[in-house]
Amino acid sequence: MVKMTGAKALVEALKKQKADVIFGIPGGALIPIYDVLYNSDIKHVLMRHEQCAAHAADGYARASGLVGVCMATSGPGATNLVTGIANAYMDSSPIVAFTGQVNTYSANTSYMIGKDAFQEADIIGITTPITKFNFQPRTAAEIPRTVRQAFYIASTGRPGPVVVDLPKDTQTATADMDFGDNIEFRGYRPNYEPHPLQIEKAANLLANAEKPVIIAGGGVISSGASSELIALAELLVAPVATTFMGKGCMPEDHPLSLGMLGMHGTIAANKLVPKADVLLAVGMRFSDRTTGDVTKFCPGAEIIHIDIDSSEIGKNIVPHVPIVADAKRALKALYNRLVKSYRKKERSIWMRRIQELKKQQEDLVRSVKGLSPPRLLIELRKIIPRDAIITTEVGQNQMWAALYMKTYKPRTFISSGGLGTMGFGFPAAIGAKVACPDVPVIDIAGDGSFIMTSQDLASTVVGGIPVIVLVLNNSMLGMVAQWQRLFYNRRYSAVDLGAPPDFVKLAEAYGAQGIRVGSLGELLKAVKTAMKSDVTTVIDVPIHPEENVFPMVPPGGEVSNLLTGD
Amino acid sequence: MTEKPGKYIVSAIVEHKPGVLYRISNMFRRRNFNIETITVGTAEQEDLARMTITINGDERTVEQVVKQLNKLIDVIKVSILDPANTVTRELALVKVNVPDARARSDVINYSEIFKGHVVDVAHDSLVVEITGNADKINAFIELMKPFGVKEIARTGITALPRGMTSVKVNNGV
Repeated sequence: MVKMTGAKALVEALKKQKADVIFGIPGGALIPIYDVLYNSDIKHVLMRHEQCAAHAADGYARASGLVGVCMATSGPGATNLVTGIANAYMDSSPIVAFTGQVNTYSANTSYMIGKDAFQEADIIGITTPITKFNFQPRTAAEIPRTVRQAFYIASTGRPGPVVVDLPKDTQTATADMDFGDNIEFRGYRPNYEPHPLQIEKAANLLANAEKPVIIAGGGVISSGASSELIALAELLVAPVATTFMGKGCMPEDHPLSLGMLGMHGTIAANKLVPKADVLLAVGMRFSDRTTGDVTKFCPGAEIIHIDIDSSEIGKNIVPHVPIVADAKRALKALYNRLVKSYRKKERSIWMRRIQELKKQQEDLVRSVKGLSPPRLLIELRKIIPRDAIITTEVGQNQMWAALYMKTYKPRTFISSGGLGTMGFGFPAAIGAKVACPDVPVIDIAGDGSFIMTSQDLASTVVGGIPVIVLVLNNSMLGMVAQWQRLFYNRRYSAVDLGAPPDFVKLAEAYGAQGIRVGSLGELLKAVKTAMKSDVTTVIDVPIHPEENVFPMVPPGGEVSNLLTGD
Repeated sequence: MTEKPGKYIVSAIVEHKPGVLYRISNMFRRRNFNIETITVGTAEQEDLARMTITINGDERTVEQVVKQLNKLIDVIKVSILDPANTVTRELALVKVNVPDARARSDVINYSEIFKGHVVDVAHDSLVVEITGNADKINAFIELMKPFGVKEIARTGITALPRGMTSVKVNNGV
């Protein structure tokens, strides 16, 4: 037991969790904590909007595999975090968000929380449906244990965001602090080990499958199961499609990789997954964007579903073999069970079909003329390192990036999948760059998204965090325009953003580098310059406003019915 | 577990502390689960509460309810109770008009038949406390309607499995 203030205890507890970076903005209800941070070893990245602090923590977590930490003051600071927290929740990203709160008791000893004090917001009530859990310690002495519990919950089982709301008097009060390791939860014990009987059933199905297909999701990345996935796929000669969130868990130049499945999935994934006789779905949740019409999804397949969150099993699709377990341990168990007895199959016809469909996709791109986003992303991919980190905004830029920026390693493609948050990619890139300062971090952006969080150019310049923002600029809310073009008879309602801003001048106004490019050659040159730069670079790439993202499965359709824009 | 759509009784042992009911009811709202009744009270250990929830739905919905409840960190144990092997009780307070002596004695007689108690007497009304399963309480209320039911307060169902089966947290956990 050591006597200290709650604020000091918080910082000590963070150090014990090896949290060495905080993305945040101070405010009245956090001053005691910031006073301790003033001379602590913890790096603080001062953001310009709390939403960006949460997204940066999220980007940091996804790039590093560690828990990301953000901090915001009470009231509006806390509510500004909400989008970022919801985003982390939907994509199962482990972040801990600390918020200031008004005093539990005010000077006249009447209870203060709940009295609508200055900058008070019920952030516990607000974030309950979008967090894995949230805490509001009422005494200073609770703070070390709360931090321990928050990190434990955020990072174990199915990861997710946790909010810790800190009333100001708990920060200033002094108490005996217990920095032990005990964590007690009667109602939280994630199950990691797969049940041997379920593994047996799944192995038998896979052993006898003629056309086995694997769909791998974000869970494969968060459990670090990429090599187990590849080993099993190679053993079974089973092609692997990934969900959007799973991008990176299977190298996309692997012969068995089909690429992404779903609304804007590849031709190969969308045509072949429905043909499977046995489908192994791992660390994924059959989201509507992945399955299309769920009632017609893989009608002929026996489905094995592995997920650590039992509530995902049977939620959207009822599997034949449910396995509640950690993806890594389950895939390893399946591999170990199959490796001795499995008679390797040739599947040469099946493999030929994969190659044919991949070629169809390549031809689709080859037929496009001019400075088209697919072409420029394919060429860009060739000049950046294999482990460069790509983040994206949301909309056409995101789907082009998902389709054409081949991803080779886990944690190198970071995007807002579940919530679809425009403005996510840039602050996420800041977090990723802090986590991985030695690799280039590139935000594939659209003009509509980037403008939503571009004020944090200031944080990158002042904080010395050089990232690259590639603005595919069509002066449009391009994805909505695409839907209006395809499904609403070209009635372009409220999607034309006009010319402003001038992104080069915008970048320069913040002390960043701005480059406008007019050709593929100029683009590649600009990216090379940007990779060497020690300030953030914004590259403005004007593109045609009528560009569509293809392939596309019309909403609610079957995944095999793709529009290719021919 | 019953196979067909119908009424299911879910029993949950939860942390007995502020905010837990909010987390649970918020989850029901968010996931669009319709709950028929919910009752909460202290369980066999002081720091635990037992929550009894009745739901109309099909098996898959109820399975999701159980899984989503289990996912909540404050929820320690959840079970679906088998109606054939469960004691269910509800308590109702029924305020009935008794304009004259005849009505008054009729209501008192009926209450006795239903093993109820008259718990409040006024000049022109009685409050009857009645306990039992939902069907019994419904039948009593029907019987009271001709007299004029002024107010009803029902607790909702609480339930325990019979005999050896239990929904409880083992000591030492």
